[in-house]
Amino acid sequence: MSTLSPESTADSPSVERTYAAFSRPMWQRVIFSREFAVIALLIAAVVYSRSEVAYFDGPQTMYYLFRDSASVLLLALPMTAIIITGEIDLSVASTVGLTSVAFGMLIDDGGLSATTAALLAIGIGVLCGAFNGFLIAYVGLPSIAVTIGTLALFRGIAAGLLGTESRTEFPEGWTDWAKQRIFEDQPYPMILIPFAVLAIAFALLIHFSPFGRGIFEIGQNDEAAHFTGVNVARTKAILFVLSGAVAGFVGIYTTLVTGVARAENSTGLELSVIAAVLLGGVSIFGGRGALHGVLAGVLLIGVIQRAMLLNGETINVINIVIGVLLVLSVMSTSLLAAARRVVEVSRGARSSGRSSHSAGKRSLS
Amino acid sequence: MSSLTHPSGGSTLSRVVKEALRSRELAVAIVLVLLIAVTTLKSESFLFSSTGWRDLLLTPSMLILLAVGQTAVIITRNVDLSVGSTLGLTAYLTGRLFIDTNLPIIAVVLAAVLMGAVLGLVNGILVAFGRVPALVITLGTMYIYRGVFLTWAGSDRINADDMPRAFRNLGTESILGIPVLTIVAVVVLCAVGYYLQTARGGRELYAIGSDPGAAELYGLKIRRRVMFAFVLSGALAGLAGAVSAARFGTVSSSVGSGVEFEAVGAAVIGGVAIFGGSGTVWGAALGAFLLVTINRALPVLGISDFWQQAVVGALIVGAITLDRVLVLRQEKRLVAARDDEPTSHATSPTLDPVLPGGSAAPDRPDPAGSDAAGTDSKEGGR
Repeated sequence: MSTLSPESTADSPSVERTYAAFSRPMWQRVIFSREFAVIALLIAAVVYSRSEVAYFDGPQTMYYLFRDSASVLLLALPMTAIIITGEIDLSVASTVGLTSVAFGMLIDDGGLSATTAALLAIGIGVLCGAFNGFLIAYVGLPSIAVTIGTLALFRGIAAGLLGTESRTEFPEGWTDWAKQRIFEDQPYPMILIPFAVLAIAFALLIHFSPFGRGIFEIGQNDEAAHFTGVNVARTKAILFVLSGAVAGFVGIYTTLVTGVARAENSTGLELSVIAAVLLGGVSIFGGRGALHGVLAGVLLIGVIQRAMLLNGETINVINIVIGVLLVLSVMSTSLLAAARRVVEVSRGARSSGRSSHSAGKRSLS
Repeated sequence: MSSLTHPSGGSTLSRVVKEALRSRELAVAIVLVLLIAVTTLKSESFLFSSTGWRDLLLTPSMLILLAVGQTAVIITRNVDLSVGSTLGLTAYLTGRLFIDTNLPIIAVVLAAVLMGAVLGLVNGILVAFGRVPALVITLGTMYIYRGVFLTWAGSDRINADDMPRAFRNLGTESILGIPVLTIVAVVVLCAVGYYLQTARGGRELYAIGSDPGAAELYGLKIRRRVMFAFVLSGALAGLAGAVSAARFGTVSSSVGSGVEFEAVGAAVIGGVAIFGGSGTVWGAALGAFLLVTINRALPVLGISDFWQQAVVGALIVGAITLDRVLVLRQEKRLVAARDDEPTSHATSPTLDPVLPGGSAAPDRPDPAGSDAAGTDSKEGGR
């Protein structure tokens, strides 16, 4: 980065221009990526668990795995986009708690129909997201500080509304739906259908739309993005609103699947979501990441949890494993770079004549 | 905050007074005093009964320790989310040492501090050498430390009978009407505050947080300083663990959970910018005092204490919004002052070097501002 020497560009006018990111063939770019490493890890974990962990291939395991991971899977979709822009949303779990309480109270105390209550709950989620989005995108406050504040604020409103009480009366059709399977003898819960729809929508939004290119560009450099015509503030605000809307939906789902609306529903879930997103290869600095890696990251954590539970480990040991995995995965880039440097130094010692030249070239890319 | 015209124009006294009037610390202190006054009017025992007075001073001591450590970390443009787990782990260690060994109290407390420092060192090494934001690293270590704590503790909890009476008395005893634990917290606060304000190492923490790139070019030992900040935060969390064991007399598995956000919130309310480079531990300590006191005052004021978390959240959001508005106003005034300049400087309107001591341009406003003002005026990227 430091030596952008003039002669290297001057004496090679005939060299065709190359783009570092596209210098390798397509299949290499796909296979040798962080996302694929996570997917490979996921497959390895599933294969290992199926052969070594008793009951892992039982009919209930996958069903509960999907059902318990559904919240994180859903919340990870907007969180991926937000972290790619270089922001963060720590308030999602509190929004889930608030919408869960609102949903329960609107049905039990307000006497509304479940459909109206659900729509209103999602509307409250949108409001929460819009509040975050306004402060971050238009007032220009740092997202980490804002969402630490709203983490307390939204949860606090939920606690203020309901205290330590809970609401448990919901229409039976709705609670049954949340626990149903798509096909009677298959391990796929019903929630996977809305998840699949949302996942496709977010994949299109993030990876296959001009809006999505803007997301990545903001993460790389938001000033440059602004000058190429990306509406930085609006993009960020929209993403936070989407995050709130999805959190509202998750609030309804959590209420129905656990059968109880309480203020402390999903406490601490924001950290699981962020851990899974980062594990899935999204850079916390912004500008890098892909949805398939994130989903593999969520499922990887789910599989490890389930396998260790079946093996009789406590949730504490599982937390240690997830923590170590998270630290290792974010450190892997630096560790790999360090390893590469060691290799290069030893190689450079053998052929010192060429090394300086190649080093100069690399610094250009 | 830098005064707009003639940094050294007025007398030192008037400048100090002016600065104090504008400072965040004073604003938080006024809110705190008002809160205590209103609550006391409602119920006299909040301040004037002996337990009311004691609780008022005693309850914030734990959060003050955490907020002080957190401030040192945030100033370097990092954040430490693992303090809650560190606190839980060291609180349990304290109880465990009393049960399993016959160490004197002071040795046990030192062991807790040391344990916290080691956990902080792990964070520091990972952050300083991994070149990964502290948010991610400490999120990971938060899981790991809590997992270790809960695995170690299992289902047993430390009860009051397990700890020596002298240690538990520390949680209730007072010297000259001031609880011992509060004295501990204030001593730590003053030591760290003095260090950050005057010592070279402390100023370098501000420099690093203000502009890490510039600090590196200037030759500061960034890694060592950042590691030090994390060790300090960990050690203070360890001390807070011992304090919480003494104060509550029990250690259950839920101790310290969620407290990391309270510590960050206290620092932010006290005027510590989340992107580093500005803020003081005095402000953070006042913020911690305010947070804890609000929690205790709400029920007295007739508001269900279920709402306290909402109030805390609103305070945090309000504090950072206020910061932003003040910075924008300051920027506008600086721009206006620059445009009003006499034309003698027209040849080089903005490129005058800012020399230390203000000798280069005594008649110009200091464009960089003091360390408190300028840093968060730009959108800091992570």
